[in-house]
Amino acid sequence: MSKNKLVQGYEVVIGFETHAQLSTQSKIFSRAPTAFGAEPNTQACAVDLALPGTLPVMNKGAVERAIEFGLAIGSHISPKSIFARKNYFYPDLPKGYQISQFEIPVVVGGEVEFFLGDEKKTVRLVRAHLEEDAGKSLHEDFIGQSGIDLNRAGTPLLEIVTEPDIRSSDEAVAYAKELHKIVTWIGICDGNMQEGSFRCDANVSVRRPGEPLGTRREIKNLNSFKFMQQAIDYEVRWQIEQIEDGHAIQQATVLFDPDTGETRAMRTKEDAADYRYFPDPDLPPLVIADEWVQRVKAAMTELPRTMAARFVADYGLPEYDATTLTQSKAMAAYFEAAAKACGQAKLVSNWVMGEVSRRLNSSEASIETAPVSATQLAALITRIADGTISNNAAKQVFEVLWSGEATEVDAVIEAKGLKQMNDSGALEKIIDEVIAANADNVAQYKAGKEKAFNALVGQIMKASKGKANPGQVNELLKQKLA
Amino acid sequence: MALTPQDIGRIANLARLELQPAESERMLTQLNGFFDIVEKMRAVDTTGLEPLAHPVAIIQDVALRLREDIASEPNQREANQQSAPAVERGLFLVPKVIE
Amino acid sequence: MTTPASSDLHDLSVAELARQLRDRQVSAVEAATHFLGRIQAAPQWGAFVALNEEATLAQARAADERLSRGEALALDGVPIAHKDIFVTKNFASTAGSKMLDGYRSPFDATVVTRLADAGAVTLGKLNCDEFAMGSANENSAVAPLGFDAPAPVRNPWASDRVPGGSSGGSAAAVAARLAPAATGTDTGGSIRQPASFCGITGIKPTYGRASRYGMVAFASSLDQAGPMARSAEDCALLLSAMCGPDPDRDSTSLDLPAENFARGLNDSIDGLRIGIPAEFFGDGLAPDVRAAVDAALKEYEKLGAKLVPIALPRTELSIPVYYIIAPAEASSNLSRFDGVKFGHRAKDYGDLTDMYKKTRAEGFGDEVKRRIMIGAYVLSHGYYDAYYLQAQKIRRMIADDFQQAFKSCDVIAGPVAPTVAWKLGEKSADPVANYLADIFTLPGSLAGLPGMSLPAGFGEGGLPVGLQLIGNYFSEAKLLNAAHRFQQATDFHLRRPEGI
Repeated sequence: MSKNKLVQGYEVVIGFETHAQLSTQSKIFSRAPTAFGAEPNTQACAVDLALPGTLPVMNKGAVERAIEFGLAIGSHISPKSIFARKNYFYPDLPKGYQISQFEIPVVVGGEVEFFLGDEKKTVRLVRAHLEEDAGKSLHEDFIGQSGIDLNRAGTPLLEIVTEPDIRSSDEAVAYAKELHKIVTWIGICDGNMQEGSFRCDANVSVRRPGEPLGTRREIKNLNSFKFMQQAIDYEVRWQIEQIEDGHAIQQATVLFDPDTGETRAMRTKEDAADYRYFPDPDLPPLVIADEWVQRVKAAMTELPRTMAARFVADYGLPEYDATTLTQSKAMAAYFEAAAKACGQAKLVSNWVMGEVSRRLNSSEASIETAPVSATQLAALITRIADGTISNNAAKQVFEVLWSGEATEVDAVIEAKGLKQMNDSGALEKIIDEVIAANADNVAQYKAGKEKAFNALVGQIMKASKGKANPGQVNELLKQKLA
Repeated sequence: MALTPQDIGRIANLARLELQPAESERMLTQLNGFFDIVEKMRAVDTTGLEPLAHPVAIIQDVALRLREDIASEPNQREANQQSAPAVERGLFLVPKVIE
Repeated sequence: MTTPASSDLHDLSVAELARQLRDRQVSAVEAATHFLGRIQAAPQWGAFVALNEEATLAQARAADERLSRGEALALDGVPIAHKDIFVTKNFASTAGSKMLDGYRSPFDATVVTRLADAGAVTLGKLNCDEFAMGSANENSAVAPLGFDAPAPVRNPWASDRVPGGSSGGSAAAVAARLAPAATGTDTGGSIRQPASFCGITGIKPTYGRASRYGMVAFASSLDQAGPMARSAEDCALLLSAMCGPDPDRDSTSLDLPAENFARGLNDSIDGLRIGIPAEFFGDGLAPDVRAAVDAALKEYEKLGAKLVPIALPRTELSIPVYYIIAPAEASSNLSRFDGVKFGHRAKDYGDLTDMYKKTRAEGFGDEVKRRIMIGAYVLSHGYYDAYYLQAQKIRRMIADDFQQAFKSCDVIAGPVAPTVAWKLGEKSADPVANYLADIFTLPGSLAGLPGMSLPAGFGEGGLPVGLQLIGNYFSEAKLLNAAHRFQQATDFHLRRPEGI
């Protein structure tokens, strides 16, 4: 357990609540579509609008996704969980209550592991429960009024709640990114933060080390990693100032304003505290047989953590490489395809994390659209491995392939004449000439100056227009100067 | 245990009901009259008993039925909004929501 | 085609009317027209709140076409009416509340659809207590046909008496021969008690038998739909059409295939063990009701049934338990009535909260407000365990008591209500008095058991007295069989109020 870094002598304590919209076709309790961006209220059916006489019917797809998530982070799947009503009045809440899970959630426990720099961190989860999303209030275009769009009402959500295990804004962002990776990797959520598919609330408090937990304030709807960091940093500074000025922190829900970079307390609903939870009499208990859990498990894709471990074991990659390459499914697939094709895993890893990533980042492209295919990269690396071309030459070939001028590795090597000179006759001739022309270097070397030797190698490489194989040059030169 | 006028105010607010003073008084009397007959229920020893949600669960397991994830509800906005008090451009209008 | 003197059409049972329709002795249009005429001629009962002649006759014509092709459905052409707690496309759906004044539902309740699919023709919608909360039908905020202000439903046996509730309009309509049969809903006795007060037959099936989709929800864990007609046989015919799983629409509907509940109507009841709960025959029971019920039980003994004493020790507790659970669920179910998506919205208001409070203050009647208040209170912070949770646990005890009782009997019999129908306004000032009068119907409701009321005789002022039969889960057919055999031996269910 590494010691936590303090801010002005205060320990930062953060817990997360993340609302992940589940990638189902239909809503959690109705058959209306969940697609984003439709005309207002065209995807809100009678059930979503809570028209008199309507009743909820549970979507199996939502439960399946909750099970997948639980399995992905090593949680306990409750064999029997209960849906409850959270009662409060709000225009975007059509029934006057939200159907959620209160006492017994579907997913219990589990943990999320990730690297913060090279330090491995673990955040424990309290629970993840199924619930329905609310609609949206639109405040623009109506004087003194708001317009209510209930298309989003009833969209299935998985609310993922952590223990207060996070100790800095960096760690918070790293956790959120890892969680985002997991839900998108297993495909239960599209992860689109702009559209609100992945919304984070951060419970932030500060305390003197060793003291009991301080009063927390909840920052709502952090829908970008950048804002997440800014908001938490601001909130931490603000809370410390308050305490330093002798003010006690009041529990509150706050919003982050990206323009001012500040957080501000929301207007508190005076009775928000009393939600009058009770089991929803319209919904019998959700029963999940172990046999179902096993079926889901069998059908699940390999998880990033498992895949990274496999890369270390099967390809002998360092853990750092393995973790980096499993940041996305596509990158991992690209690496594995190339590695299999050329049998040079570490070289491929270097190229994917280096040249390939660099060019993708600069063009903000994703690896799926990389102009150089895994097969092409494999062909190129084969040529480095068998000594046909040097690393520098390979970079030139890569450049050509990337630009799209040519597609066939060997053809490019030919065209550009980048083959390394491997017939020693021609090379010896060059070496002899260089030795003759640089008697002083030779003398210095013989006098024990290593640098002089490198100078000669440089001359020889130059004379060979870079085609000489450096290893071979060293060897022959040593013989001749012996 | 009797309710106070404060209780009536708190509950009426929770339930979003505007009660005139006279109504509140009547409500207080009537609710207290009702809670008198509730007292003997509170004395019953129910330790170790599970609450009964779906009545038939007394003789057989009642589990939530799950439906396949298929989106099949067509857009019926017009029919669904035919009894709406205030609609503009397909949106339900309400007094400004302040967050 | 020979038309019978239409005057006796309304005396025919559903079974007989269905037969005459099949035999083309009468057409569906004639039948519908006849009853629509009677309804318009007898507004004084305040039973109906909505008609749609066009829609009714269209359904009747469709039935006649099927009948003429010899493709008769089970209830083809039989006119019925629906309690206005069921939402309907062709008629306004108000649930007896100002909150839903003129509300049009874009869909039909499942029960309404099932009956239509069986060929039944809908005459109109029937008055009821607001959101089915009441036992006298004095809580309706809707003006019945022929009235321009809300007016009470009157008991056809004595127009100064209540018809019972909350399905009072249904009971009055059937008793006054304005419809051969009607639908009702029963949460704490709302089918059985009005059936008893109006001298007709009604059955509430096992909770989960009939879909609740399209029933404006009062108390989700208690609400059940059921038929109200003059005889057990007619109830069996309607119930068979009404029940069946609704997997796409109601998660609490049970996976039980539709049944023909008429199958065993004529089975012998020789040796039937009828449980008699001592708690149903205490001091609270009016002598005239007791006399009629005792006589009915003697009749059963003549038919070969054996009376066995049983105990339902928590009968009295069922009153607080029910009046905690039902209002709790109701307070939440009625939160959707907020003036945003449908229904009433106050004219003048300030901010959003003010709009909510005024809208709900104007839209809900006193009894509904009382129950919302009780419900919100027993669910609120610090009271949930002591009230709601405690009530749900005692509810289990009550259900267990019945299972214990059914070890020694096949059905349970007793009074439906402690008294005959009371005078209009007699109890309206005292809500608790109304609650106490539900004592005999609440235990079965809390346990989710099937129960029915059948005419058993007459009490004070010649007012009808009902006998309640309670069966174990899924034993509707047995209840109807026991009721039918009784009705074969008696004629109480055939008696008509004076002047009808």
